[in-house]
Amino acid sequence: MSHSKKASIFNKDIERTTWHDETLWFVRQKRDKMAYVIPEFQQLRDLASQIKEHTLSQLDEYLLEFERNALKNGVHVHWAADAKEHNEIVLKILKKHKAKKIVKSKSMLTEECHLNPFLQQHAIKVVDTDLGERIIQLRDEAPSHIVLPAIHLKKEDVGETFHQHLNTPKGEKDPQRLTEAARQHLREKFVQADAALTGVNFAIAETGSVVVCTNEGNADLGVNLAKVHIACMGFEKIIPRFNDLSVFTRLLARSATGQPITTYTSHFTKPRPGAEMHVVIVDNGRTQQLGREDFYNSLKCIRCGACMNTCPVYRRSGGHSYNFTVPGPIGSILSPNLDLKKHSSLPFASTLCGSCTEVCPVKIDIHVQLYKWRQQIGESNALPMSKKLSMKVMSKVLASSKLFSFSGKMGRTMIKWLPYSMTHNKSVNPWAKARELPEVPEHSFREWYKQNK
Amino acid sequence: MKIALFVPCYVDQFYPNVGIATLQLLEKLGVEVDFPMEQTCCGQPMANTGFEKDSIPVYNHFVKTFTGYDYIVTPSGSCAYHVKKHYNIIEQTTAVKEVRSKTIELVSFITDVLKVKELPVTFPYKVGLHVSCHGQRGLKNATASEITPDHDGLVLSLLKNIKGIDLTVLNRNDECCGFGGSFCVSEEAVSAKMGIDRVNDHVKNGTQVLTGADMSCLMHLEGIVRREKLAMKVMHIAEILNGNKV
Ligand code: SF4
Repeated sequence: MSHSKKASIFNKDIERTTWHDETLWFVRQKRDKMAYVIPEFQQLRDLASQIKEHTLSQLDEYLLEFERNALKNGVHVHWAADAKEHNEIVLKILKKHKAKKIVKSKSMLTEECHLNPFLQQHAIKVVDTDLGERIIQLRDEAPSHIVLPAIHLKKEDVGETFHQHLNTPKGEKDPQRLTEAARQHLREKFVQADAALTGVNFAIAETGSVVVCTNEGNADLGVNLAKVHIACMGFEKIIPRFNDLSVFTRLLARSATGQPITTYTSHFTKPRPGAEMHVVIVDNGRTQQLGREDFYNSLKCIRCGACMNTCPVYRRSGGHSYNFTVPGPIGSILSPNLDLKKHSSLPFASTLCGSCTEVCPVKIDIHVQLYKWRQQIGESNALPMSKKLSMKVMSKVLASSKLFSFSGKMGRTMIKWLPYSMTHNKSVNPWAKARELPEVPEHSFREWYKQNK
Repeated sequence: MKIALFVPCYVDQFYPNVGIATLQLLEKLGVEVDFPMEQTCCGQPMANTGFEKDSIPVYNHFVKTFTGYDYIVTPSGSCAYHVKKHYNIIEQTTAVKEVRSKTIELVSFITDVLKVKELPVTFPYKVGLHVSCHGQRGLKNATASEITPDHDGLVLSLLKNIKGIDLTVLNRNDECCGFGGSFCVSEEAVSAKMGIDRVNDHVKNGTQVLTGADMSCLMHLEGIVRREKLAMKVMHIAEILNGNKV
């Protein structure tokens, strides 16, 4: 189903749409406050963008440097070409350790690779430990946002889910009591876990360590209790030096949730005595994106989610309407790389207002790329022939002032003479569902000009 | 100075008064204006739909029509932005380069080229300004809330100096109206919701006259205002600056 179809279903519940919009706008405003108070915020964005630019230009070298240093630290490093390989690598590690229960924190990559269902097929139980992730896992839903995965749910929805799965009293919707219930439930899972899986926010080539930024501390809890830590990362997570990190940690939480910094910034460099640490480095279409001149810099993304919070379309259509692991503006420029046809409606799910580009902490020109993807889609077979033909006709008309004046006059005359019920028929003219057509003037400007000048 | 007036296709057909106001305003400011009859459209509609290549004949037609002028002035930030930004796919001849650099949005022409800071009009209404995204984030004619808390811009600077005017303070100063070209029909539900939310912001904060520098945004917002039968009046900035009556 296209984005617009899903979005129109989302918009059937106007009150909820308004609530969703306002909730995310609140997050955007928190971000603004935090950005405004730092005089050098724009310089930080420039710097972050340049560090990423540089890194992407020598990615192979930095990845190998990272591997060398990680190996020195006693970490196992694995390379996965795609999601399938990633999942198999993880499974192999878990099997070696006879791990049956694992806890997971902070990993959109494993969502991207659909790791959970894969492991479940192999009788391994995965528990997402971050509160939002856990809520949607219990509901068997996909995340609707990369930082706030359950942002589409109200506290009443969560209360109902917890009532069903965690035995909280029916009708309980007090966030504190619900969180406490989740906490108790998750503590048990942490203690039982055979392995801990985490994502990676930054991988530092110079030190071979990975950095995970969280607010709940679940990554630390999981990793420090279990015997095996598997950290999964897309290969664009690399940054060259330890010194570069502060530029990103200053930007990440401010852009994401309007916090000065995440509660935990955890550095994992080597395994604990008696434990094992693995890093799985994943490509899964990234090399292809890196090779696209117009789109490679989408790989600068640090997954802060700010472009979602600011996007007026995302706020009013919800993350699920994008039907892709990463929703919102950034998802709309990442997804066509993987499957142009399947995701062909996403670059059109935007007014090209450019707000995403202005908030992006690493200055990805998101709206420019949306425009460019549209051109690629226009040239491919992803759009219906009728659309292509109508564009050709339009081009002919608009390249000739005679045809233009003529068809303009025809159009105006038609709107004027046809009955209102026809020009404003909702199934023929989507414009007219919520809007009136412009009132038709007697003359066009050019007709007036000819007569009066 | 040889000035050409470019009246965007939909303004020509549906909002001739905006074209007339623009022309009269420029003439009042002592500018001699030419309206090349051959003109049609900037080509944005096809390009935004993913058919930039089909726009090439329209781009070439535009360049041919407007070659040789010192400025090509248009009452639309969006069209000016399109010419400047997206005419990069045709061969960059001298003519193309000149037309791209000389195409300018009406208000920037008034403030930056003519250096006019104030117009002798009285407008005793509560006026709500809709900042268009292409004028603001595209042409950088206004500050953006993503970057700074200070609201400022060329249109605002002219409006502020109008006698009797009372400017609406909005809850969201620069959120997109949801027009978006073909977006307004292909994503009808979201587009309408965005427009309704914008209009409501103006209603809540007392706007009597809603204005802006882009008629496309205003066409969409006016469509909602009229459907909802609101008392609010929608006027292009050129009409206010020209001293048109409400
Ligand atoms: S594209 Fe930019 S704003 Fe969007 S999630 Fe990535 S880093 Fe954040």
